Amino acid sequence: MKDVILQLDSISKSFDEKPILEKLNLEIGRNEFVTLLGPSGCGKSTTLRIIGGFEKPDEGRVIFEGKDITNLSPDKRNVNTVFQKYSLFPNMNVEENIAFGLKLKKKSQQYIKDKINYALKLVNMDGYGHRKPMSLSGGQQQRVAIARAIVNEPQILLLDEPLGALDLKLRHEMQRELIKIKKEVGITFIYVTHDQEEALTMSDRIVVMNKGIVQQIGTSKSIYDEPQNAFVADFIGDSNIIDGIMKEDRLVQIQNVSISCVDEGFGKDELVDVVIRPEDLVIVKEEKGFLKGMVISVIFKGAYYEIKVRVGNYEWKVQSVNPAQPGSIVGLTILPENIQIMHKPHSEDAEVAKEDE
Amino acid sequence: MVEKIKRIISGGYLGLIVLFLYAPILVLMVLSFNNSRSRVVWGGFTFKWYQSLFENEQIMEALVTTLLLALVAAVVATIIGVTAAIGMNAMQQKSYKLMMMFTNIPMLNADVVTGIALMLWMVNFIPLGFGSVLISHITFCIPYVILSVMPKIRQMNMSIYEAARDLGANTVYAFAKVILPQIIGGIISGFFMAFTMSMDDFVITYFTKGAGVNTLSTMIYGEIRKGIKPEMYALSTIIFVIIFLILLVVNCLPEKNKKVEEKKF
Amino acid sequence: MNKKERANKQSLISSPYIIWVIGFTVLPLLVIFRYAFTDSNGNFTFKNVFATFDMIHMKAIIYSLGIALGCTVICVLLSYPLVMALRCLNLKKQKFTLFIFILPMWMNFILRVLAWQMILSNNGILNFVLTGIGLEPLRIANTGTALMIGVVYDYLPYMVLPIYNAISEIDEDIIEAAKDLGADGFTVFCKIIFPMSLPGLLSGIVMVFVPTMTSFVISDILGGGKVQLIGNVIEQEFTKAANWNLGSGLSVSLMIFVLISMAFTTKNDNEGKGTAIW
Repeated sequence: MKDVILQLDSISKSFDEKPILEKLNLEIGRNEFVTLLGPSGCGKSTTLRIIGGFEKPDEGRVIFEGKDITNLSPDKRNVNTVFQKYSLFPNMNVEENIAFGLKLKKKSQQYIKDKINYALKLVNMDGYGHRKPMSLSGGQQQRVAIARAIVNEPQILLLDEPLGALDLKLRHEMQRELIKIKKEVGITFIYVTHDQEEALTMSDRIVVMNKGIVQQIGTSKSIYDEPQNAFVADFIGDSNIIDGIMKEDRLVQIQNVSISCVDEGFGKDELVDVVIRPEDLVIVKEEKGFLKGMVISVIFKGAYYEIKVRVGNYEWKVQSVNPAQPGSIVGLTILPENIQIMHKPHSEDAEVAKEDE
Repeated sequence: MVEKIKRIISGGYLGLIVLFLYAPILVLMVLSFNNSRSRVVWGGFTFKWYQSLFENEQIMEALVTTLLLALVAAVVATIIGVTAAIGMNAMQQKSYKLMMMFTNIPMLNADVVTGIALMLWMVNFIPLGFGSVLISHITFCIPYVILSVMPKIRQMNMSIYEAARDLGANTVYAFAKVILPQIIGGIISGFFMAFTMSMDDFVITYFTKGAGVNTLSTMIYGEIRKGIKPEMYALSTIIFVIIFLILLVVNCLPEKNKKVEEKKF
Repeated sequence: MNKKERANKQSLISSPYIIWVIGFTVLPLLVIFRYAFTDSNGNFTFKNVFATFDMIHMKAIIYSLGIALGCTVICVLLSYPLVMALRCLNLKKQKFTLFIFILPMWMNFILRVLAWQMILSNNGILNFVLTGIGLEPLRIANTGTALMIGVVYDYLPYMVLPIYNAISEIDEDIIEAAKDLGADGFTVFCKIIFPMSLPGLLSGIVMVFVPTMTSFVISDILGGGKVQLIGNVIEQEFTKAANWNLGSGLSVSLMIFVLISMAFTTKNDNEGKGTAIW
């Protein structure tokens, strides 16, 4: 990635001596859609507030277009924020809300008018210009908040859980619209959410955070398919995470059964975490599986069945398009490339992360 | 740096305003320890006014009258005010607005006018005295109770009350267990406001008291020309310090409780 | 039992209050009206109310208006920086603020005013301090200035508290949003904080203006009997001159005046909700 617009250089921040961010490094490219993803309290919102200028880091620098803006106040930064609670000005109507930033920049009347019309169209709020924020629904208020931020033509738009307060259906609709808006205005989006599905569908790149530490950075696909540690695996989607022993390269032992995999470079007999996605497990006849167990529950989930299979004292989660008979003995197989082997976490943080989930 | 300067200026300004608000109180407190009867000459430190205070029957009587008046007025005003607010909440918009207008009359009308009107009306059927003052105090205290309870009632979730009734609670039980806890904050602050306003009132008492009855306020007013008894300063200082301590405890206790609760989490 | 019946039944429990309002708010006002429109023999007359326009009464009214207006303006000017200072110092604990401004009420009101008399008198504490630091002593005892200091002192909390409440309800996010859109501190105050504090300001104005205009104790003590507010005139009609009819007539005028100013402020309030303040 060559064209870096924003760089966080070793940012640390604590509140009341409780560390929130620890030596955070992050580079964000021009026109990228980057999502900061993590459970509440992981420091993602604080990171956003530091970029927006609402918090000052204790240590480290914020570099925007090559310039250090760490100590610049929010009104002097060319970034705008869409807040979770919309934060529209209740004493102004929709148009006045949108015009707020432009009026402060002393733009001409005509320019402001054109911009308002453009922005209202962009967020599908044509004809709502004279309404008061209080008379709008949550979704509509959020659209206005997005319009209000975008008219200022920021180089980066910060979105702090903007869809958090909306219901599921509206959230999906707004996700599609945000992607559309992003394409239309062509600026960098930094998006904060704790909703992994939202992150996976919208982002170019995802930054998974926990306890103030970046756990993994990558595309949706790489994060989903190749989680780098148990926290990421567990946080992103459903996973079976089980202890294993690396017998040799490309051979791992789970529940006393050796299975071939594609991972190399682990120490001999190293204890590892093995991650297997439920949809990668296949139920077969008892004798054909590498593991044998009893079906203990079958739940129909609409598009698939969620089946639990007990092998030893571990319950495997399996997603399958075919049902199984509870109480029956079945076998489980998996393709070698669908097995993820990870080092056991060393740091205390990663350990805590696991307990959290 | 800018933040720091801002804080210094803010603190300085707040300090000046607090000085302005508390300077006269400080003066009165100092006077209560002044050995000289004069208001301008410092005659040395003494506790004697605090001793003679309790031997001064007139002052003690006025004190008892004032406290009794404030207590009874606040209790009655709280009962009438809370029932009024609950009833008004169920009224239709029009009647509600009308009732609110009447509630605002004693708040907005000049004290002189309220006092005179009550006096002119009550002389027709009761002798002016403790009773007429009490009625007057209740009258101007009720609006304070209603106005501090009303917002709580408006926010209250009436369906919880209905749920309680549905589960078999009778009206009184449902009120005590479901409604009361939701509005108790408003009731307490309303009661406290009523008590304060009654204690602090001079004008309305002055017009409705007739002869013979004195509260501390009217007694002080009567003494202005001939000179305030130093015992009055002592008494006011005692009252002020007691209230200060009560408020301090009341304000600090919930904080501590909160911290304990947070720890539990 | 349907919903309406239940509501009717519930509204019944306010009947003690309704009786009280009729007995001790409405009827006393009617009595004062009766006195206002009759002479000492009980005959109907307008002369008590029209006496408001007599030179001597007009003078008192205009003077009272001036004092009330001045006091209100000074209170507003003192309150906003104060509220912003409280905000800046992060004293967001509402209780603490209530505490500082309500506590003084527990020192007897008349004694507090008397204390100001001692502070401001020609050989009082203020002049003692002023001469002590080498400044000219002030001669403000028994003047309008002393009266103004007294009323500002007494009514400042009634202005600070509603404004403080209105401003402390503003969500921090909204202020951050304004900063994010490029507003500096001053702009945030003008465009967001001030407009959103208007309901508080209005109730502050009502709570300061009317009592100041009609007070008579503060003017009695700090004005040294030289300044007459309309409150003093009415009080003297009842206590000294014993002309209840004239006193009632002036009271009615005062009440009408209060009603008009109340209607004015509430009308402004409605407009404030409907139109933009930008």
